[in-house]
Amino acid sequence: MRVVHYLNQFFGGQGGEEAAHLAPHIQDGAIGPGRLLEQVLGADAQVVRTIVVGDNYAAEHVESLSALAVQEVQQCQADLFVAGPCFEAGRYGMAAGALCKAVKAALGIPVITGMAVENPGVDIYRPDIYIVDSGTQVQAMRDVLTTMARLAWKLINNQAIGRPREEGYIPQGILRDDFVERSAAERLVAMVYAKTTGQPFESEFTPPTFSPVPAPAPVLDLSKARVALVTDGGLVPKGNPDKISPYAATNWGAYDISGLDDLHGEDYEVSHRGYDTRYVEQDPDRLVPVDVLRELEKAGVVGKLHDCFVSTSGLANPLANSRRLGREIAEKLKADGVEAVILTST
Amino acid sequence: MPVAKMVGSNRIVQGGGIVHVLGDADLPQEEEKKLRHDILKRAFDALQHSAENG
Repeated sequence: MRVVHYLNQFFGGQGGEEAAHLAPHIQDGAIGPGRLLEQVLGADAQVVRTIVVGDNYAAEHVESLSALAVQEVQQCQADLFVAGPCFEAGRYGMAAGALCKAVKAALGIPVITGMAVENPGVDIYRPDIYIVDSGTQVQAMRDVLTTMARLAWKLINNQAIGRPREEGYIPQGILRDDFVERSAAERLVAMVYAKTTGQPFESEFTPPTFSPVPAPAPVLDLSKARVALVTDGGLVPKGNPDKISPYAATNWGAYDISGLDDLHGEDYEVSHRGYDTRYVEQDPDRLVPVDVLRELEKAGVVGKLHDCFVSTSGLANPLANSRRLGREIAEKLKADGVEAVILTST
Repeated sequence: MPVAKMVGSNRIVQGGGIVHVLGDADLPQEEEKKLRHDILKRAFDALQHSAENG
């Protein structure tokens, strides 16, 4: 079996954070964890090529890197693409997920990676690929690779894949029909009984979890800060130029307000099906308070009202998608030099 | 508010209701603008003070 392996600069032996800008370094054969991967995959497996990329480079060049991975895998006529494992390394996990997804989509061969559940790559890529739960401890490398190898063989041999807990991968959020011996009522009562008597039980429905959000530091001097308005209430210019969907939106828009002292209803509409939008359509300042903020800017309370407001509609949106939108908006505003955001949410 | 808390927002200010977060359509225009000003002032206070992790 021929394997192509993706590693970041650290696991690829190219250096630490100082080498995070490293452009793709492609080498025949296994490197570092790749040697262990060969061992646990078994005698017939061979890592024929390793792609090593710095974390920052990967984060900034996801698309070209995905194309490169597809090309290398194709050239090597590989049977399996493996990325990581990445443990808690966020940029590494994001790149590993993107590359696995791209290779799987383009070539249809099995792909596998490993991450800690806290890795931001998990939220985005777990519906598309198998991500083995690596935990956070790098010392567990051999165990993690062993689990990845076992699952990889099953994928290659087209064997049925068991439940996440049995196979060691992170749940993909897929519901699968299954025959069970006890009715829902019986199972529920058993769970309630177990819960009230302090015995272990496993819920059949896992609510979404929200990882802790570290609080950003306060703004030291608002009178010098650039402040942006962001909303999930769906305010868009008339005609909805970016075609933002009124529910489960997949995009956001940035709309120029430079030189405006007030927003007028006749210039805007609302793309959101989750609330009565008439009041905002009458006066958009009720959602995106440009009128008062402009006054406060003139009075010197805030340094500068950012030249555009950002809008999307926050309704019936899968968490992974909402997180992507948030990340994209934050990246844009940071690049624009915005230091504080007021997000108005309906 | 409950949703903002659930997802771990660090700085949350109560607005004027879902349909007019930064206003109140029942108020005369000048009073509504004053309300908008007050809500934003609370947001500025929040931005300038340390917050707990969400």
